[in-house]
Amino acid sequence: MDLFEHQAKELFAEYGIPVPRGIVAHTVEEARAAAAELTGRVVVKAQVKTGGRGKAGGVKLAADAADAQQKATEILGMDIKGHTVHKVLVEEASAIAEEYYFSFLLDRANRTFLAICSAAGGMEIEEVAHTAPEKVAQIPVSPLTGVDRARGREIAQAGGLPEAALDGAADIIEKLWAVFVDEDATLVEVNPMILTADGQVKALDGKVTLDDNATFRQPEHESYADKAAEDPLEARAKEKDLNYVKLDGSVGIIGNGAGLVMSTLDVVAYAGEEFGGQRPANFLDIGGGASAEVMANGLEIVLSDPSVKSVFVNVFGGITACDAVANGIVSAFKLLSDRGEAVTHPLVVRLDGNNATLGRQILSDAGLPRVELVDTMDEAAKRAAELAAVGA
Amino acid sequence: MAIWLTENSKIIVQGITGSEGSKHTRRMLKAGAKVVGGTNPRKAGTKVDFDGVELPVFATVAEAMAATGADVTVIFVPPAGTKAAVKEAIDAEIPLAVVITEGVPVHDSTEFWAYAIAKGAKTRIIGPNCPGIASPGASNAGIIPADITSKGRIGLVSKSGTLTYQLMYELRDIGFSTAVGIGGDPVIGTTHIDALEAFQADPETEAIVMIGEIGGDAEERAAAYIEQHVTKPVVAYVAGFTAPEGKTMGHAGAIVSGSAGTAQAKKEALEKVGVRVGKTPSETARLMREVMRSRTA
Repeated sequence: MDLFEHQAKELFAEYGIPVPRGIVAHTVEEARAAAAELTGRVVVKAQVKTGGRGKAGGVKLAADAADAQQKATEILGMDIKGHTVHKVLVEEASAIAEEYYFSFLLDRANRTFLAICSAAGGMEIEEVAHTAPEKVAQIPVSPLTGVDRARGREIAQAGGLPEAALDGAADIIEKLWAVFVDEDATLVEVNPMILTADGQVKALDGKVTLDDNATFRQPEHESYADKAAEDPLEARAKEKDLNYVKLDGSVGIIGNGAGLVMSTLDVVAYAGEEFGGQRPANFLDIGGGASAEVMANGLEIVLSDPSVKSVFVNVFGGITACDAVANGIVSAFKLLSDRGEAVTHPLVVRLDGNNATLGRQILSDAGLPRVELVDTMDEAAKRAAELAAVGA
Repeated sequence: MAIWLTENSKIIVQGITGSEGSKHTRRMLKAGAKVVGGTNPRKAGTKVDFDGVELPVFATVAEAMAATGADVTVIFVPPAGTKAAVKEAIDAEIPLAVVITEGVPVHDSTEFWAYAIAKGAKTRIIGPNCPGIASPGASNAGIIPADITSKGRIGLVSKSGTLTYQLMYELRDIGFSTAVGIGGDPVIGTTHIDALEAFQADPETEAIVMIGEIGGDAEERAAAYIEQHVTKPVVAYVAGFTAPEGKTMGHAGAIVSGSAGTAQAKKEALEKVGVRVGKTPSETARLMREVMRSRTA
């Protein structure tokens, strides 16, 4: 989960990292009030979880409260790379002498953590890393040894930060490491980390990505969830513990195992090319077990998506054999009809693996309305796309 | 010969008394694997009955190894205890640790990986968030269904469990030397490259199926490795062409970030070094079938 800048900075502040004073505003009036409270020049910053806000015009300097209101009017409601701006951070303007870049992140390829530091901070760090890699220090950090203040100072030095900034930077880097580890983050990024005219080092921006797998020991992370931006179907699926991602097509997908479901999306998209560009409507992995209740919950979510015209249930019977899966589908239909949500869309089912024949027999004996059995994944995808095209 | 797991492998299960641990211990035994015991510090000294097979429960991996000669551990402990369980296995220097647990925080995986390296890399780690390893007809360590395929000449390495099963099933007549599910987390122990190296060296393996998915650059790196070191035919499949940017698709590691980690880039990297990449799992199976036919012809 990515945090908004203001959430990242609130977190930084909890760890004692210097950040500018700021107030979140959801309306232009709030922005004006925030600027008035902060006094003096302020920066109005769009709060969206994407980069390139500055370039898009989502970060503006304001001279006073009235100007802040004007700038907030321009920024609120803006679209930045598909993200609508619903709130701004109004922050006291800083007297910037120099801008640096710093981050801790997970280095997947090398299975370690990485500190990245550069005196050439600001907007274009990827560009700098590409054109002048010698200006960007990339230093592996072992989870066994971590980063203390002395190590932080070395990293800042390696990044080419000037003597005047080293102590302040070392302090921030040590504390950012604490954020990174204690909060189970996979990224903490400060770009820019600034040296102010009066010699202080501050985090002027903040980007934090938290590990969703760590939620069990980070219960407070739940409060960072951006409920407003969440797709309503994804939110409902999450409540039911379903692994669901909303997509933009018309063929509902249910399968077991993340890889198989991803593969099913692809196969449906290929097949859909023949039928006016039908595409998958969602990703839904009901897990290896594929129990009746999970199947019913999954079907309910997929069928409540108005853009779904047909559904493709693609299950490989491994740990749970196909006869159990078939019984699960039959029970799911019954559960749904008991809930008053009888299945009215065409459903293409492909069962393969252990006891596939028996599973298919169970399904055809059950005589479920609008259920078609197709033997192979490729053919089933084609049929589901065809049915979606007819229903569209 | 298979890779890493043979009929002589002696397996213990960490978390043998838990629901997943006991369910899959029973399945492993049924598949003919030599499961010789398990660990649970709170139930040390007791025995667990698996349809007439009594297995001893030990307090630690080291004790279990000393008493049984175990050389493989399969870890089913929940995410909160996984890091400690893997470090315990590393401390005991067991040659192979298979981590099935899904949902392990990546700080924990990164830490136990660093710990394994610091301790001299004496323990091969497979996973986490993986289905394990199966050498059909010989042994089974994990949750891969044993009855979907047969012993044969194909080696398989995959990030995905069910896609592994799908391919094993479609190619069951040719059969497999070993299938390794390396897991879909961002940080894993054994990689595609490790498996490719072992399959290349394994006389029983004639050809290799490699299954990848979006996220990271493991497939690209595997492609570079294949070009330099693998002479056996490799057929590949990559899942996730339709995955949107920035969304995690089921597996914690399956995410396209910006322009990095796309299925298209992986496919192109593999095809560039002469690996045939199937458009669907079934086409991948067909490609492998052609490879095997041309070898026997």
